[in-house]
Amino acid sequence: MIPGAVREAVARDGERIVYVARERLLDAMRWLQETPEQEFDYLVDVTAVEFRDRERPLEVVYFLRSLKRRVDVRIKVELQPSDELSVDSVWHLWHGADWLEREVFDMFGITFKGHPDLRRILMWETYAEGYPLRKSFPLRGRFSRAEQVRQALNINPEGNYSLEELSIAEAAGDLPEDMRDRLRRGERGVIPEPPQ
Amino acid sequence: MKHVGEVKSSNYLLAKFENLVDWAVNSSRANSLWPMPFGTACCAIEFMATAASRFDFARFGMERQAFSPRQADVLICAGRLPFKLAPVIRRIYDQMPQPKWVISMGACASTGGVFDNYAMVQGIDTIVPVDVYVPGCPPRPEGLLYGILLLHKKIKGESLFDAVKRREEQPLDDRGLRLPPETIDEISEPFGNSVHQFRSS
Repeated sequence: MIPGAVREAVARDGERIVYVARERLLDAMRWLQETPEQEFDYLVDVTAVEFRDRERPLEVVYFLRSLKRRVDVRIKVELQPSDELSVDSVWHLWHGADWLEREVFDMFGITFKGHPDLRRILMWETYAEGYPLRKSFPLRGRFSRAEQVRQALNINPEGNYSLEELSIAEAAGDLPEDMRDRLRRGERGVIPEPPQ
Repeated sequence: MKHVGEVKSSNYLLAKFENLVDWAVNSSRANSLWPMPFGTACCAIEFMATAASRFDFARFGMERQAFSPRQADVLICAGRLPFKLAPVIRRIYDQMPQPKWVISMGACASTGGVFDNYAMVQGIDTIVPVDVYVPGCPPRPEGLLYGILLLHKKIKGESLFDAVKRREEQPLDDRGLRLPPETIDEISEPFGNSVHQFRSS
């Protein structure tokens, strides 16, 4: 494999976990995809883990499978919480990573450098309370229930769709002119700064 | 009691005009409710069972399910409602013509249920007015049928001539809310196991 990329490899109970250095992730992934006896052509899932122990680093986990060889491997990248939470996007290797990485970004606030369209996917784009699966996030959210209801009710559902998508639904013609204008400009409301 | 003359036949009935109109209007409304199903979770499965032949709510005049809010009388919210869907159900409710009613089916739609978390509306009555709450997780079809019959009863008690018995829903206030914020906070208070949760603001 790429020299200096593997930090630790664990094989236990038939599971193979490889810890990869953050800087070398893309090299290692490309090697896993392209090398003839590796051929990991399928990215099953991308997810992340934050542990209760705040000292432990966050882990971004990639589940890879080779459909030809019928083997799995799990690749982990450790991110120090004190550090910048970002890692290279593997979208250029597996286009299926698009929505998976968006979900990790949405839930953990980990940014994927080189991702073509990194924005929230489960929560709405103007969601301002932070990243729900982080340990520092209170279960019921940061705002009061009344404020959450107010923000939810003031969302314009049309704002979640592009003008093309709305035209498909034959809804664009029925919209008021100012709303059509805003959609044409690509305005989706003010995207808040992530809380510290 | 005013004397109206000698009664020679029993084939007539005396009633106030208002009562006659209310009786006619309310009976027609109650016995031909067109439901708009808003199914988001497992309650929708029980809703489908209620609509299917074994339980068959067509027996109660709900023959036609309206999958468009424009032709619907009663909105049945079957399942949990995330905040992301809150503007959607509000818009569906606004698009329904008056008179309109709402049944909140199941624990999650009525109170948030076990989902006392950042993503879930704690009871759809913070978004739209609710006429009948059907408890259960999910309610059995008999439960939903009982709720529908309760709604019939409620409709038959309404009056066109008495604003107390027939409340028209008002649009959202200038804050964009249906209820005052204090009320929403109060009815969304944690309960059960979630009392140990904290809120940072």
